[in-house]
Amino acid sequence: MSITYLEAIREAQAKLLRDDKRVFIYGQDVGGSFGGAFKATKGLAKEFPGRVLNTPISEDAMVGTAIGAALEGMRPIVEMQFADFSSIALNQILNNAGTHYWRTNVPIPITVRLPSGGTKGSGPFHSQSMESLYAHYPGLIVMTPATVEDAYTMLIDAVAIDDPVIYCEHKYLYYHLKADSLPNDRMPVGKARIARTGRDLTIVSYSAMLHESLSAAEEIAKEGFEIEVVDLRTVKPLDTAAVLASVARTGRLLAVGESFPWGGVTAEVIARVATEGFHLLDAAPARVNAKDTPIPYHPNLWSTHRPSSKVIAAKARKILRE
Amino acid sequence: MLQTARPRKKSQPKAPVHEKYLEAFRWMLLTRTFEEKLASMYRGGRITGGVYVGKGQEAISVACGIFLQKGDIFAPLIRDQAGRSAFGEPLVDVARTYLGSRTGPMRGRDGNIHRGSPRDGQLAMISHLGAMVSVVVGSLMAKRGRGEKNFIGLTAIGEGGMQTGATHEGMNIAAVEHVPLVVVATNNHYAYSTPNDREFACANLVDRARGYGFEGYELDGTDLAQCLDVIGTAVKRARAGRPPQLVVASILRLAGHGEHDDFSYVTDDIRKEPFAIDCLQRTEAFIKERELADAATLQRWREEAAEEVENAFSAAQKEPVPNGEEEDWCAISTRDLVDEIE
Repeated sequence: MSITYLEAIREAQAKLLRDDKRVFIYGQDVGGSFGGAFKATKGLAKEFPGRVLNTPISEDAMVGTAIGAALEGMRPIVEMQFADFSSIALNQILNNAGTHYWRTNVPIPITVRLPSGGTKGSGPFHSQSMESLYAHYPGLIVMTPATVEDAYTMLIDAVAIDDPVIYCEHKYLYYHLKADSLPNDRMPVGKARIARTGRDLTIVSYSAMLHESLSAAEEIAKEGFEIEVVDLRTVKPLDTAAVLASVARTGRLLAVGESFPWGGVTAEVIARVATEGFHLLDAAPARVNAKDTPIPYHPNLWSTHRPSSKVIAAKARKILRE
Repeated sequence: MLQTARPRKKSQPKAPVHEKYLEAFRWMLLTRTFEEKLASMYRGGRITGGVYVGKGQEAISVACGIFLQKGDIFAPLIRDQAGRSAFGEPLVDVARTYLGSRTGPMRGRDGNIHRGSPRDGQLAMISHLGAMVSVVVGSLMAKRGRGEKNFIGLTAIGEGGMQTGATHEGMNIAAVEHVPLVVVATNNHYAYSTPNDREFACANLVDRARGYGFEGYELDGTDLAQCLDVIGTAVKRARAGRPPQLVVASILRLAGHGEHDDFSYVTDDIRKEPFAIDCLQRTEAFIKERELADAATLQRWREEAAEEVENAFSAAQKEPVPNGEEEDWCAISTRDLVDEIE
C-alpha cells in the first residue's frame, strides 16, 4: 500500500477532525460530496457533518470568519482553492491575524492551506508560490512540506500551534510523491532536515524544489562531487543554524526556490549565511528562482520559467568550479 | 388685562420615553466630555498620532453598546466611544491607549481607536474598513457550535466602509451562515473629505439589506429615542433568530475625520440639513422639555462626567510608557518558533 502527498493531507485533516472537536474546515467546494478542487477533503463532510463547510467565493471573509472562530476557541483550517487566490485574503491574514497577538496578547490559531506552485498548463493565476510574501510579514509561521511524511505531520502540528500558520502544500507533489505509509514519528517544527549528505556544496531548498535539487545532486554525483541538500521544511522560522552547519561542512552555498526572484526565501538564506557565516564560504553563494515574469501557460515556457534540475545542476557546477 | 380666549389644541399624548434614555444620555455626555479633553490634549501636543472623535454620532453609538450583554460580541469602529463605554470598556483603558501606557490593553503597541479586549467580547478593530464584519461572523458561528444561546454580535461601519469588498463579503457570508448579527451603518455624509455622491450611487444604502438577505431599517441618528428604539429592536430580532439586521443611520460628522482635519470641505448647505443637528444637544433639550431631569441633576451629571474623565487621564498619566530597549519584540505566542534574525 502506498499513500500520496495529497492523501496524507486528507488523512491529517481526518485525524484532526476525529481527535479535536475545535477543528473545522472552511473553504470553497470543500464540503458536500465534492471534497475540494483537488479532493483534499474528499469524504470528510460526510464523515464529520457540519464541520467541513462550503463557503462563498469570498477569500477575505473566509479568513475573517476563521479568525473570529479562533478567537472563540476553535481551530479552523481554511482551504484556499489555489494559493494565488489568497491574495484576496492578504488583508485578513497579514493585518488582522498577523498583528493580533502582538497588539492584544491574544493569538489567532488558524491554519490556511495554500495549494501552491506550478503545474503544467496552469498559467499565471493557478501556479503561484507565495511563501516568500507571507514570510516577509510578522506574526505568521510558514510551512513548506516537501515529503509525504511532512505533509502529514506538519499539518497536524500547524493546527496545534496557537499562532496563524500558512501551510504551503505543493500541487506538483500531490500525486507524484508517494510513501509506503503514514509516519509514526515527526520532526520538530522549525527544524531543517538534511535530505542528502555531501561535502562539496550545500543546496538549501524546500517544497517541490527539494526534489529538483536532489535530482541535480544525483546528476552531479556522477561527476565526482557530493552535494548536501538541506530541506528547510518551514521557511519561517528559518533554521539558520542547520544551514550554517551544512555550509561549514561544504564551504559552498546554492539556495533554490520556486517563488519570484526579487527578495524572498533564497535571498534570505544567502543574506543570513553571508552575514553570520561569511568566513565559512569558499565561493560566492548563488541562488536559483523562477523568472521575474508572471508564470506562463504553455509547458515549453513553464518548464523554463520554473527552476529545473538541469538549471540547478548548471548553477551548482559553476559554484563548484570557483 | 383682558385676553382673548383661544381654543386650545387638544394636547397629543406624549410617547413614553425609552427606559434607557437617561442612561444613554449619560454615556453620551461622558463620551463628549472625554473626547473634548482628548482633542484639547492633542492640540497641546500631549498625544502622539491621531485623535478620532465621535462628535455627532454618540446617540447611534450608545445604542450600539447599551443593549449588549455578557457573551455578546461587539466590533466597534472609529467613532464608537459611547458604545464601547456602554458595553463596559473602562475609560481608563481609552486614556491608557491614547497615552501609550505600558499597562494599558495595547501596551503602546497600538494606539487610539485600534484597541479592544477580545476576551471580553470587545474586538480590536484594524484600520482596513469592513475587515471586522466577517470576524464577528466567525465568533458567532463558534458560539453557536458550542451550544451557547441568546448571544448576538454587533458591528459598526460607516457609509465609506460600506463600499469595501470586505464589507460586501462579510455581510454576504453573515447571511449565508445565518448568524445573529446586527450591522449598524452610520452615514455621516463624508468618507474623510469625499461626499456621498462620490461614494455610492444607489438611492439608499438600506436597500442593500434585501440584496444581502438582511432585514433593514433606517433612522435619524440625531434622535436618541429613534436610535434606542430601532437599534434595540434590531438587537432583539437578531437574538430571536431573525436574519442578520442592517440599520442605516443618518447624521453629519460634527468634527474632522481626525483632530488634524479642519473639515473645511463640509459645505454650508449640508450644515443646515436636519441630519446636521447635534444629537447631544437635542437629547438634552428633550430631557428638559419632558422634565426627565432637573437643571441641578444635569449639572451634577456634567460634573461627574468631568471628574471621571480627569480620573481616567490622571491614572493613565502616572503609568509607565513602553521602552524600545525593554520591549519583547515577538509577534507570535509560540516562543520556540520565533525566527531569530541577527
